[in-house]
Amino acid sequence: MAYFDAASTESLHPAARDALVAALDGGWADPQRLYGDARRARLLLDQARAKVAVAFGVRPDETFFTSSGTQAVHLAMLGALSARRRTGRHLVVGAVEHSSVLHTAALHEREGGRVTTVGVDRTGRVDPEEFAAALRPDTALACLQSANHEVGTLQPVAEVAEACRAARVPLFVDAAQSAGRAEVPAGWSLLAASAHKWGGPPGVGVLVIRKNTRWRSPLPEDEREGRRVPGFENVPGAVAAAAALEAYAAEMERDGPRLSALVDRIRERVPHLVEDVEVIGDPVRRLPHLVTFSCLYVEGEALLTELDRLGFAVSSGSSCTADTLRPSHVLEAMGVITHGNVRVSLPRGTSATDVDRFLAVLPGAVARLRRTAGVQVSE
Amino acid sequence: MGLRRRRAEREIPREATPPAYQGPMPVLTIDALGRKCPIPIIMLAERIGEVPVGQIIAVQADDVAARTDVPAWCRMKSQDFVREETLPRGWAFHIRRTY
Repeated sequence: MAYFDAASTESLHPAARDALVAALDGGWADPQRLYGDARRARLLLDQARAKVAVAFGVRPDETFFTSSGTQAVHLAMLGALSARRRTGRHLVVGAVEHSSVLHTAALHEREGGRVTTVGVDRTGRVDPEEFAAALRPDTALACLQSANHEVGTLQPVAEVAEACRAARVPLFVDAAQSAGRAEVPAGWSLLAASAHKWGGPPGVGVLVIRKNTRWRSPLPEDEREGRRVPGFENVPGAVAAAAALEAYAAEMERDGPRLSALVDRIRERVPHLVEDVEVIGDPVRRLPHLVTFSCLYVEGEALLTELDRLGFAVSSGSSCTADTLRPSHVLEAMGVITHGNVRVSLPRGTSATDVDRFLAVLPGAVARLRRTAGVQVSE
Repeated sequence: MGLRRRRAEREIPREATPPAYQGPMPVLTIDALGRKCPIPIIMLAERIGEVPVGQIIAVQADDVAARTDVPAWCRMKSQDFVREETLPRGWAFHIRRTY
């Protein structure tokens, strides 16, 4: 089985496994206590925090471990909105943010807040000028992802951060999809990331709150993680996440360009191999490992099942899933075909042979499904 | 690649009734109500050849995905998306055959 769904999650990095096993034995004690075992756990946690802080170019006392990327998103947004309530209750979000961001925005709106959604162009990118124009004197927070999780397009974080700075509005960046793979431009106030996306263990997220950023916990008081994240610290998880990030980022510096060339190969070949297909997302300003295309007249789920049968694990933003009955909000906002959608995201170490095998079986898979659906479309 | 920008949320005017449509009427209407994507698009692609070039074909559908898929299909296939008409249930999408 060739695994092409790194955007959902990476398998555990060997460096993370070693660190996790060691920390389960050496870092089990309560890091807030004063005896030897506790001090050892505290030391491991502090070292992990320092490593992650270096990776994001921030200070350790600005870096907090959460129980997931989603929890980091929730805490970043709700805490910033809560702290800036006197400024106003207006929130600005991009149209193609992760559902955790949009659901938090929806909650804010239900509770009497105002939300402005900034649309995207055909490639899924927000226009920094349109984003800047959405900022108001009563804007409490602006949110923009570093890169889109479904189509890989990089967002103009630097330009938007500059506009937010000028408007004195804090910017929250959801870096879940790019952390470990691409640097996040500076200028943001809050950031969220998720360790399992860079080969860390599940159940570990990262929340960064820069100094001079107003933030107030939206949750009941708790003394853990600098009063930012409630609950007993997952020291082994944090240690493994930090080890994975260090190893992964170093590998990606070498391997990222190779993966990016494989993505270019897919982007270039698919339109020649399959009729009536559209490769979507920005071809250049994109994540190194992710490409998405849509095949006309094919059900996304059926295509995924067929590719799974042929030995390829890929994902789809396509609609027609019984649980949502809604097309992907990303594809909808971009104005591109929402069915027959395939997202290929290459994990570390993907071989060119596997990519070529994928390109070899794809045309047949699409043709079979079109035949089954009785598609007889003349030009 | 086109760079037309669009709002994520369509604003549907609720109170003002739009002026009655004055443009050309469809010469063929396909009923894809109750059909999930991509069936409405398949039906459209199969039957657009039945209307003369320059004439309008309409697809009725109630899968919300069709609101994105029909205009996107028109863009991909260089057909002319004319308008979306709101029906009591679903929408009718009007397309002018260009070739």
